Amino acid sequence: MAKRVVIVGGGPAGMQTALELKARGIEPIIVERDVELGGKVRDWHKLFPSFTPASDVLDPIIRGVKSAKIRCFLGQEVRAIAPDGVTLRSEERIHADAVVVATGFTLFDAHRKQEYGYGLYSNVITSVDLERMMNNGRVTLADGSEPRRIAILHCVGSRDEKVCQRHCSKVCCITGVKQAIELKQMFPTADVFNFYMDIRMFGAGYEELYREAQQRYNVHFVRGRISEAAQTINDRIQIKAEDTLTGRPLRMTVDMLVLLVGMNGNRDNESLAASASLNIAPNGFFEPKDSFRGAVCSQREGIFFAGAATAPKSLADTLAEASMTASTVAEYLNHKYNTR
Amino acid sequence: MRNINFGYGISRPRAIDIDNNDLRKSNAIIAEMPELQACIGCGSCTASCTAGNLTEFNFRRLHTAVRRGEYKGAYEDINKCMLCGKCRLVCPRGINTRALIMLIKRKLGDF
Repeated sequence: MAKRVVIVGGGPAGMQTALELKARGIEPIIVERDVELGGKVRDWHKLFPSFTPASDVLDPIIRGVKSAKIRCFLGQEVRAIAPDGVTLRSEERIHADAVVVATGFTLFDAHRKQEYGYGLYSNVITSVDLERMMNNGRVTLADGSEPRRIAILHCVGSRDEKVCQRHCSKVCCITGVKQAIELKQMFPTADVFNFYMDIRMFGAGYEELYREAQQRYNVHFVRGRISEAAQTINDRIQIKAEDTLTGRPLRMTVDMLVLLVGMNGNRDNESLAASASLNIAPNGFFEPKDSFRGAVCSQREGIFFAGAATAPKSLADTLAEASMTASTVAEYLNHKYNTR
Repeated sequence: MRNINFGYGISRPRAIDIDNNDLRKSNAIIAEMPELQACIGCGSCTASCTAGNLTEFNFRRLHTAVRRGEYKGAYEDINKCMLCGKCRLVCPRGINTRALIMLIKRKLGDF
């Protein structure tokens, strides 16, 4: 009889793990809180650094899950996990031979940084709002006109003790560079200013894209965190920062302010972890067994991780890790049941 | 009136005011040498600078200010440069800093 693995989360990490387990003759079951598979990438327009449409990556995976007839519990939330299965909020129990936690992350709620006026000022949006606008085919100001000057602020909800998020969310820098380029492509005569603390271009091709944004697209990079934003009488946004490279305060008015929101650990990570005696790292994400050879293993035998449940990750990293998770789970089951 | 010393004065705001700065010259400089925008603010130019070793001259800060439309004093400052070209040798972004100094001098000559 095929061994069964319950995967908590139907985003890219969960789906990719499921597909690869299925290919190894193991029966995966996906439990997804949302009523649809796909996770947050569904809202994304294009992916860094290649500008690949997000749907080009996501759709084949979703189609794969459907054509492989992988069982999915949609709109169902997991209350507790254990090495031998999960318990849903409905108290239904799904038995399994191993469990994979692929619960991903929560986007930082930009309302919490009140000084930027998200939700108060009509032309302050988040990076995710911008992706949705691009998906809808039109980026405009609230009154329908085109922005002529745009500021993009890095590290909103990252590296900030004031909102209890000390960690770096890793992908926002490159997202900011990508979105700056997309905005310049849409509005070539607009001025785009990126306000950054550090530019962290960790991936292949990222630094090159950063340079392209600077040199080819004339995106202005100002080193300094915006301290506050205020709406002017004509619905523009006045921002203040320090231009740390000249050592002087700087102020300017922009038409649109884009906040690059970070990745936080899920709120219910604590209770899920407590249900199975797993550890939560200080950054709020699940703590893997070790960061080298046990990056997809938990402290408990039979419970594994995939994707951004353990730390902020790019989609490429997540998919690569899902493969690793699948092979680690398969090896564990082989070893446990001594079957080949 | 101007000559009367009241014992106090009014300080001008120090902030760089992008809205009111005249960015035409800075735009012209960037248009002529777009590679200037590729600066990552590492400070290698300033660290290697012969003039900066002996005077307050700081090329990284100067060209950043010029890009923001802050031209006051830049021309006088840039004249401290002896055009030795060491900054060009060390720039990790390959910016032709020496040519840039000549360009800024040319554009800001009437300031």
